[in-house]
Amino acid sequence: MSGLVWGIVWGLAAGVLIALGALIGVWWERKLSGAIQMRIGPQELGPAGLLQTLADTVKLVLKEDITPRAADVTIFRIAPLIVFAPIAMSLVVVPYAAGFAPLDTSVGLLFFMAVPAVSVIGVLLAGWSSRNTYATIGGIRAAAQMISYELPRTLSVLPFVLLAGSMRPLDIVEAWQWWWVPLLAIGFVVYLISSVAELNRGPFDLPEAESELVAGYFADYSGIRWSIFMMAEYGGLVAAAVFGAALFFGPFALLPGAAGVVLFVVLSAILATVMMWAKWTFPRMRPDQLMGIAWKVLTPMALVQLVLVGAVVPWL
Amino acid sequence: MALDVESRQVVETAEGEVFDQLVVNVGPSHPSTHGVCRVIVHLDGEIVTRAEPVIGYLHRGIEKMAENRTYLQVVPLTDRLDYVGSMYSNWAYCRTLERLADIPVPERAEYLRVIVCELQRIASHMMAIGANGADTGALTLFVYAFDQRERVVELFEALCGQRLTYNYVRPGGVSYDVPDGWIEDVRAFTTEHRSALAEMDKLFFGNTITRGRLKGVGVLSAADAVAWGASGPVARGSGVNWDLRKHDPYSVYPRFDFDIPTGTEGDCYDRARVRLYECYESCRIIEQALAQMHSGSYRTEGLPRLIAPPPGDAYDHIESARGALGIYLVSDGSPRPYRMKVRSPAFCNLALLPMLSEGHMLSDLVAILGSLDPVFGEVDR
Amino acid sequence: MNLDDLRDHLCSVYPDLCPLFSVEFGDGVLTVGPDALFSAANDLKNLGFDRLLMLTAVDRGEHFEYHCRLLSRAMSAAITLKTEIPRDRPSVASLVPLWPAADWQEREVFDLFGIRFAGHPDLRRILLPDEWEGYPLRKDYADPRVIRRPDYI
Repeated sequence: MSGLVWGIVWGLAAGVLIALGALIGVWWERKLSGAIQMRIGPQELGPAGLLQTLADTVKLVLKEDITPRAADVTIFRIAPLIVFAPIAMSLVVVPYAAGFAPLDTSVGLLFFMAVPAVSVIGVLLAGWSSRNTYATIGGIRAAAQMISYELPRTLSVLPFVLLAGSMRPLDIVEAWQWWWVPLLAIGFVVYLISSVAELNRGPFDLPEAESELVAGYFADYSGIRWSIFMMAEYGGLVAAAVFGAALFFGPFALLPGAAGVVLFVVLSAILATVMMWAKWTFPRMRPDQLMGIAWKVLTPMALVQLVLVGAVVPWL
Repeated sequence: MALDVESRQVVETAEGEVFDQLVVNVGPSHPSTHGVCRVIVHLDGEIVTRAEPVIGYLHRGIEKMAENRTYLQVVPLTDRLDYVGSMYSNWAYCRTLERLADIPVPERAEYLRVIVCELQRIASHMMAIGANGADTGALTLFVYAFDQRERVVELFEALCGQRLTYNYVRPGGVSYDVPDGWIEDVRAFTTEHRSALAEMDKLFFGNTITRGRLKGVGVLSAADAVAWGASGPVARGSGVNWDLRKHDPYSVYPRFDFDIPTGTEGDCYDRARVRLYECYESCRIIEQALAQMHSGSYRTEGLPRLIAPPPGDAYDHIESARGALGIYLVSDGSPRPYRMKVRSPAFCNLALLPMLSEGHMLSDLVAILGSLDPVFGEVDR
Repeated sequence: MNLDDLRDHLCSVYPDLCPLFSVEFGDGVLTVGPDALFSAANDLKNLGFDRLLMLTAVDRGEHFEYHCRLLSRAMSAAITLKTEIPRDRPSVASLVPLWPAADWQEREVFDLFGIRFAGHPDLRRILLPDEWEGYPLRKDYADPRVIRRPDYI
């Protein structure tokens, strides 16, 4: 019984975290892209336009929730939730402070990699149920892309299991040593790139490529359901940033107590900023190039990293 | 649960292999069609097996409308042809009319026409390069390019009060002389524009993803470019060194020293890059023209409001940002054109789309369409 | 190459085309009969006119005036090929086999003038919808929806 209560509590907490992440993330991305593109970005609502996202949220919630006549209604309506829920779930295994993760499980690493992959099904269903050629192509592209990038992404965090001898994120954080940073440099690059690709964000935003597929799998969504897709995207961004910051840079091992948490938040924000920066600088890739990078570049890189760590481990 | 019946097509190959094709209707209202073009795309997976452009959504019958207006009233109509480069249509029309009715043009007006048209080339190419960027997902390049275009448009606004449809080049001259300080502003702009071009070159054309996206995509051979009547950057990207400013010199262009950039591969990358280098050459021409321009009259005084050229027909063309833009006028001696025909470079270049996009991916289709730089006001007329 | 040189060159290579050559408003014009159009165009192509610049028509009342402008980059010369197409039998040979550039331009002339091009691979309307009736650039085209422009002159 207490498990259920805690489940609800952490679920709500994850929802709030994602909402906050999306709220600040959208504002920050708009400000950042504004700076990159010689614009100002939102500035009217609240200090430096901080409340703009809130106003947008209110607008999105109040907008009519349109379901296309030809759509498969049930699937069309639940698809955004299938995308969102796994990403929210993945946040519960992240270590947010030394010795604290909402769900302290011995398979945390596996959980974090495997559960968000379920959202592929939601994306595919969203694209398929819209009965729109653009959405279908977007959904299929998304499925192919997310499945391909699962592999390098998972391989890129496997060295932690070798180094810490555990899949429990708290153990990894505890065992963290400063020399892991140079040792895992290749793995970090693979993790960062494949996380961006996994999130369907630019320059890997093929499933929603607005210049070809208009908006891809969520072309027919509006209002609150569309914003759930956006929340899922920013939730994934937050998850990738916090998990990467906690594991690759070990803020809790570097600084004790609350200072470690502050460092953790700063590092997460930097990682998220780098991912946004890439989106606003690079052109989009083509499907074949995207697959080529996953299979011909990132996967071998991750394997090389694994071998490298495997060679180091016996000498520890 | 399946796709719409209309969007599926079962195709049987010669070997008896049967497969489904997805028919995607791109446009007429689509972010990458640069206006209102519809392309019916047959897809085999991601590969385009057939792309058929459907045009005419912006057909306003300008050639028919011109038959009911006096020669002077047609000038604003030509603004609406190529709305990204109105100066060119103005000038091409005025040149033909001047040839037909034997209207003299003062030297200062010729220099002003050259200056505004080279500025227009920059504005138009910035639009094309920015759209190329937006098509391939580089939205930042689009904003950079539009910043430069905005500066040109502001110069035009100071010159003639308009930002898009200028109606500036008139039979026998131009509509206004330059305002105070305008020449200094143009000089400052060319200096600043060069550094902006260098930045764009680095940001977009030097990028590995861009090279991967645009190189080797939509290759147009030089022989095909000639046979299909391609002109402008589309032909020059394929290495066809043909520019009317050099090879059929008109106005005061022989007095300027400039180069014609050409590509080698004929792919989307070369076409886009030729446009970028043409902006450098335009800056050179503008600076020389500003230095050579003398004071004097900017229009021929005493032209009648009703121009009635002698019966006959004339054709003249200029090098617009999209290629050889020609106007053919037939006069029957009345104050209205008997027939006006626009030789639209965008129309001829767009005819290449089915050939260029076959066998490429859907993502390449938008890049190829963008690299042809069609403006549908001119394609559909 | 100026017009005299062009005339001399044309006369030396194709003497039979020589009497058809004239100069109008500074342009070289070759006026041929509708049946001889394709062979004349072929001759001009062999002469070095490698580009088809513009192809159009003019409604002259009892006949259509066909107007095709060819250009040679090597000779830096242009020539206009003209022919008269009878209104009651508006058909002429297509130039698509010589220059693919004629493809869309002939479709446009078909669309707006109703001139048929024999040998065109895909002669359909291009600017107007397929179900459009009449040919708008003909001078006798009447559409009840069109409001006549008042004579402001």
